[in-house]
Amino acid sequence: MRRARSWVSDNIAMIIAVGVLVYLFLPVLYTFVFSFNNYRRSNITWNPEGSPTLKHWANPCGAPGVCPALVESIKIGALATLVATVLGALIAFALVRYSFRGRSSTNVLVFLPMATPEVVLGASLLTIFIQAFRMDLGFWTVVIAHIMFCISFVVVTVKARLQSLDPRLEEAASDLYANPRTTFMRITFPLALPGIVAAALLSFSLSFDDFIITNFVSGNETTFPKFVYVSYTRGIPAQANVIGFSMFVIAVLCVIAAQVIGSRRRGATA
Amino acid sequence: MTTAVAASAREAGDPQLTPPRAGAKRRRWTPYLLLIPGLLWLTLFFIVPLVQLGSASLQSQWPGAPGYYYRDVNVGNYVEALRTYGVHFLRSLLYAGTATVLCFAVAFPLAYAMAFKAGRWRNVMLILVVAPFFTSFILRTIAWRQILADDGFVASTLRAVHLLPGGHITETWVAVVAGLTYNFLPFMVLPIYTSLERADPRLLEAGRDLYADRFTNLRTVTIPLAAPGILAGTLLTFIPAAGDYVNAELLGSDTSTKMVGNVINSQFFTVLGGYPTAAALSISLMILILVLVLGYVRRFGTEEVL
Amino acid sequence: MATNTREAHGDLVLENVTKEFGDFTAVDDLSLVVPRGSFFALLGPSGCGKTTTLRMVAGLEQPTAGRVLIGETDLTGTRPHERPVNTVFQSYALFPHLTVRENVAFGPKRRKASDAMRQADDALELVQLSHLAGRKPMQLSGGQQQRVALARAVVNHPEVLLLDEPLGALDLKLRRQMQVELKRIQSEVGLTFIHVTHDQEEAMTMADTVAVMNGGRIEQMGPPERLYDLPRTAFVANFVGQSNLGVGRILGTDGDFVMAEVSNTKVRIPKQRTEIHDGEVMFGVRPEKVRIHESQPDGTGNDVRATVTDVSFSGVATQYLVTVPSGANWSVYEQNLDVDPISVRPGDDVWLSWDPTHAFAVPVDEHGSKAALVEDGA
Repeated sequence: MRRARSWVSDNIAMIIAVGVLVYLFLPVLYTFVFSFNNYRRSNITWNPEGSPTLKHWANPCGAPGVCPALVESIKIGALATLVATVLGALIAFALVRYSFRGRSSTNVLVFLPMATPEVVLGASLLTIFIQAFRMDLGFWTVVIAHIMFCISFVVVTVKARLQSLDPRLEEAASDLYANPRTTFMRITFPLALPGIVAAALLSFSLSFDDFIITNFVSGNETTFPKFVYVSYTRGIPAQANVIGFSMFVIAVLCVIAAQVIGSRRRGATA
Repeated sequence: MTTAVAASAREAGDPQLTPPRAGAKRRRWTPYLLLIPGLLWLTLFFIVPLVQLGSASLQSQWPGAPGYYYRDVNVGNYVEALRTYGVHFLRSLLYAGTATVLCFAVAFPLAYAMAFKAGRWRNVMLILVVAPFFTSFILRTIAWRQILADDGFVASTLRAVHLLPGGHITETWVAVVAGLTYNFLPFMVLPIYTSLERADPRLLEAGRDLYADRFTNLRTVTIPLAAPGILAGTLLTFIPAAGDYVNAELLGSDTSTKMVGNVINSQFFTVLGGYPTAAALSISLMILILVLVLGYVRRFGTEEVL
Repeated sequence: MATNTREAHGDLVLENVTKEFGDFTAVDDLSLVVPRGSFFALLGPSGCGKTTTLRMVAGLEQPTAGRVLIGETDLTGTRPHERPVNTVFQSYALFPHLTVRENVAFGPKRRKASDAMRQADDALELVQLSHLAGRKPMQLSGGQQQRVALARAVVNHPEVLLLDEPLGALDLKLRRQMQVELKRIQSEVGLTFIHVTHDQEEAMTMADTVAVMNGGRIEQMGPPERLYDLPRTAFVANFVGQSNLGVGRILGTDGDFVMAEVSNTKVRIPKQRTEIHDGEVMFGVRPEKVRIHESQPDGTGNDVRATVTDVSFSGVATQYLVTVPSGANWSVYEQNLDVDPISVRPGDDVWLSWDPTHAFAVPVDEHGSKAALVEDGA
């Protein structure tokens, strides 16, 4: 009995941890299970007749609106990621490699969007689009908004990577006859790349999953989260479950791939 | 003496000595060139909108023409908004605060286990923590709604053992807080894990060496070591939670659990003439959060949060 | 202009070089000439400016005043990639994302050498690491990384090769090994090596010429033996090896010697071994030049009574710590030439004597009066 008790107390953290992980996965599991539900009107209760069925998986675009929304989310995500990563990486380089007046103010400015609730960000963008810029709400306003809030996250991620690099490496390159451009292309950029890639992935996930800000500035444009939310009252089609779960699997595979590549290229930090 | 000659040679623009000047000048401009595109974007689409929001919060309605506003300095908007919706404000802070505390209670053992007890499984656990994040959060929240629904397994079981006085879980603050806690768990786990992982495990050993019991060690050694991570995690949880409305919308009731986020949303989209009110509430929320965060960071944090 | 400076050729010359960082002067009006092909050591404690000097030669810092030349070519103001100078960094600074061979080939590739890889392989053979050419730096031990850093610099056959405390991170045995290696490589390849270190033993074993730096200035420069046998300042006397020092007053001269009174003892110093012939002076004699006697030796003048405070036996020699009448602590280092056990114990009163031609004198300065009470020079 005592041995059992001491085993428990030694491993209590791990036991709780596993419990938490299960808790984290419950809704995902639910989503997965209900993607096989042969429902009649709405996918809320499990219909024992004919379930589990593969028909939703076979026809993921079967429900109207699902795939167009998905495509919109991907388009917005790709565009926002591209721009935010470039702008954010440039800022990160400036902050880490140079000292200039206004450095701390820049740090604050970059940090502020992360400290602002999404409702406020969405609300302010809405007012400026409507009252000041007089733009139509739609695809481009969403892209603009996503780029804005992604920049901060890109800066933080790339900055962390750059700060972990040995500044002596660039000196060594210069010492070995590399001019500033070559030093950047052959040493700085390749070593910063993992951070930039991580920032891009983070940016895409934030953009893809965003709901609150998107809801404020999208007008008639529908992204995948918005589609799910809006169709909730009518009943979410199981195709959404299919897509949601597939995104999950793809993302997990990407993360695993990144880990494997990362460990093979180990030795990138000084 | 030769120094003076060298100095005057530099002044005279001796070609042998001026090259660094040219390079230095170019280098002085580079940081600004790098910064301008991104900062311009942030200024245009973050700062300016906030200013616009502030201005909107002070606008007044055209009398008799709801939905049309003119620029004004109508502080009354704030008074009105806070008087009517003060309850929602407090509720938001309460829910967000509770969720943050619960989140910490759940996340800390997980982060601790990952950092110290996981060994080879550490990376797997890391992936497992982050992975659910990739299923749309709307889908997950809706999944919770179904899981906690009145006729679902959880609610029925709790009712059977008489642990559910109200009869249902959804449409109560419990569900809303549970949803908030769930949604921000990775944001709490990752920073704490990072802090703990960076800590020297020998410090913990030393603590165990000096303190007879585990709890004191936890309190005096482990938690302070994780402090920067805890700080970052609580901020990353509390701030978005205070402004959230999706959880309240999907898991809460229409009457008793609305948070300030819901109000802002409805004032913008469903209530005619609600812009100034919504803007006033938004600005108030932002100021409140900034004040709380600054106070919190000053009290508990010393180094840069990022 | 760039190719021009890269082809500079000749001795390394620093001409009145000064480096200021705001209020702080790291290097103060420093001038020196390092003959081509020699092994030169810059020795000094941390903060003395030796690394800053090195970086100015490399081009990683620019002097606030003064010039850096190789031969006739003025390199002042040029960037590192425009100079025929390569550096072995203290932290090695190997490129983590490139293999060992690619690291070493980096310099030749930048200079558009068509056989860069072959040159790299030759350099790796020189440092005996050909078998690790395909590995990444992270997979190598500290000593191996250090040799890669050396190969990466040597492969370019620079006019001047700079080494910034390259052996600091290695354990003692490895360090000794590498000291011999470096000397061998230097004489084999015939490059000018400038080695910065705070380890005076290292500087003395490896270098042809040693410059001792302190507070941004060179206190003394010359062959290691001269530095050791005849220090010119109290700092050098205590930084390079140990010295027993005492402040005294010159009384007069006596033939080839200068007479001084140090703590009520009359001592003699050869005229060539002191620049000061008048007034206050800091008298010095090396511990291994002093002998301990249990009773007063014959002949007066260069002897002193002392009380033993510590005896340390270390196989080859015995070190005695004694207190002299002035209160200062001296150390005496005697080789154990006898097999008889030592009869001197702590607390004993003894007599010290030395050959007056071994004494030296340096100017009195604040270093000096502190140095007189300091045991260890490093």
